[in-house]
Amino acid sequence: MTPADGLRMAVRALVANKLRTALTLLGMIIGVAAVITLMSVGAGVQASIEERIRSAGTNLLFVNPGANRNQFSGLRDRRSSVQTLTVQDTEAIKAANIPGITLVYPQRSMSGALLSSDGAVQAQVTGTTEAYADTTGVNLAEGAFFTNGDVSEKARVIVLGPTLAEDLFPDTNAVGATLRLDKQHFTVIGVVESDGGSSFMSRDNAAFIPLSALTTRVRPQKTSSGDDVVSQIVVQLVDEDEATIATVKQGIETLLLSRHDSAEQDFSIGSQADLIETVSEITGVMTVFLGSVAGISLLVGGIGIMNIMLVSVTERTREIGIRKAIGAKRRDIMSQFMIEAVAVSLGGGVVGALTGAGISWSVNKLGEVQQAAASVSGPSSGPGGPRSPFAGGLTTELTAEPIILALTVSIIIGLVFGIYPAARASRLSPIEALRYE
Amino acid sequence: MVGEMHPDAALHKPMPDQTEATIVAEELTKTYQMGDVKVEALRGVSFSITSGEMVAIMGPSGSGKSTAMNLLGCLDVPTHGTYRLDGQNVSGLSEDALAAIRLRKVGFVFQAFNLLPRMSALEQVELPLMYAGASNRRGRALEALNIVGLANRVDHSPVELSGGEQQRVAIARALVSQPSLLLADEPTGNLDSRSAAEIMDVIETLNVERGITTILITHEAEVARRARRIINFRDGLIEKDEYI
Repeated sequence: MTPADGLRMAVRALVANKLRTALTLLGMIIGVAAVITLMSVGAGVQASIEERIRSAGTNLLFVNPGANRNQFSGLRDRRSSVQTLTVQDTEAIKAANIPGITLVYPQRSMSGALLSSDGAVQAQVTGTTEAYADTTGVNLAEGAFFTNGDVSEKARVIVLGPTLAEDLFPDTNAVGATLRLDKQHFTVIGVVESDGGSSFMSRDNAAFIPLSALTTRVRPQKTSSGDDVVSQIVVQLVDEDEATIATVKQGIETLLLSRHDSAEQDFSIGSQADLIETVSEITGVMTVFLGSVAGISLLVGGIGIMNIMLVSVTERTREIGIRKAIGAKRRDIMSQFMIEAVAVSLGGGVVGALTGAGISWSVNKLGEVQQAAASVSGPSSGPGGPRSPFAGGLTTELTAEPIILALTVSIIIGLVFGIYPAARASRLSPIEALRYE
Repeated sequence: MVGEMHPDAALHKPMPDQTEATIVAEELTKTYQMGDVKVEALRGVSFSITSGEMVAIMGPSGSGKSTAMNLLGCLDVPTHGTYRLDGQNVSGLSEDALAAIRLRKVGFVFQAFNLLPRMSALEQVELPLMYAGASNRRGRALEALNIVGLANRVDHSPVELSGGEQQRVAIARALVSQPSLLLADEPTGNLDSRSAAEIMDVIETLNVERGITTILITHEAEVARRARRIINFRDGLIEKDEYI
């Protein structure tokens, strides 16, 4: 018996019971399609988060106060009690001319109440310099970001996130208006373009003022030696080479250690790459989790195959008896039923993979359409208008990996769930089987 | 019993010769365990059948003739005693070894035809060759179908064939691997008398022209008369073994 003979027999048996075969296939199709769809959704979420982190520039290093290595270096620093970094540190890094550095800027975040004639909002206010807008690519819907001139003059100017602007100035144009922050009057000079609102690292609820204004006028905070405290120093590099990152890290570490004159390192340096790695780990776990949940339906599909194969063996007892009387060995009967089981599982796997890829593609297309619709209606709904929870819709990313995985698993399912019915068939006694009505 | 002499009978030796025996059964016993009860289906039967002989095995139900057929067809092994087919002792063989012997040496023809559903006549006949891994399957199967007179019905499935035609397909299937033994278990039991006579003609012609050793298991005297020797079974023993 050649494999071609086995396949021909399997196809014949499967075609003879079309409805039953179709339903069994459906079980596998749903399972495999679910695995592929969910894994592509997981990969899509991972890709979109990474994309958002990357959009801030992957050639950035973050120097944070505090000895403990904070992997989430790009996130807002909550450890405001640790005050080891200063504006003067920033100047020193600039002055040190460490090769590979293109820009250095400090930032300090604080929570403050913003008061306008029409509203009051508690917001995260970040003091920084013009370099912030240059490195992280802030697009302004209206007005402009403050300049280094504003910074050196400690100008009382503020740039608002779109949601803040909407809340504080619902009826009037925000740019040019004044508001109060800790009893100081600030003039709004710009409104940031909306980036979807609820997404990771959104600027919709943020406000930016010159760091000098924050440290002198709003909330002065100095170290014992009289330096202005900052909550983070951001360093932009010429490229994102690991070698560049390592050299610059090393340079900053040496410099700050000697400046701080402390036995222990009282700061930590993280990169965008570190952040992406951490986020990838988390989303990777999520993807595997989604895949496993879908994998359960694959298991159910496999049980369906086993069930139908057992029925088939019982129904075809007489056929098995005839084949054995003619001279079929156990192995022949065994492989006949195994081929049948694997044909169903793999067939379902292939169709399921195509279905899953199709669903994944459709979800992506739908996301694109939504995004297009949102950008058309965007200006009219205005900043802070209703948005889908995922900026730009749910995206999926389909790679060969889950498809190969799903097909391999389908074959394994066919083998695992086919072996018992096939063994049962092969063990039938020819005399008993021939007598079976 | 006065049997009609077949015209070709003169070609065969009148008495079995041990040296040319296709089948040698010695003290065959078969015991089945049915719950608490032991059933002795065969209680020690000995006989030999010469190559090219045509023998009818008769007996009422429960006489042990079906058990004898299972043993002779290598579907089962005896509890005690030895059975030699073509000089090979079959008694202690494994299931797969028995399957290999059935494949090469035994052709079965059953009362219920036992064709596989939804397969054409040609494919049915090719089946033993497929399991044997033989070459030129189609050619050999067509030849076998030609021998039984079904050359024009090769693409028909069992439901499209009459009872007699189905049994011809079964004979072609039994014949295609050139067995040394043809075992026909009530081959005409499901056929009308005309088809029955035709099928018996086919079997007889194969026996006479090709010298295939043939065993007919039957309870019809009409069928048994086609054989030249009748072995009567009763209560698991041979009651009578005579040439006609």
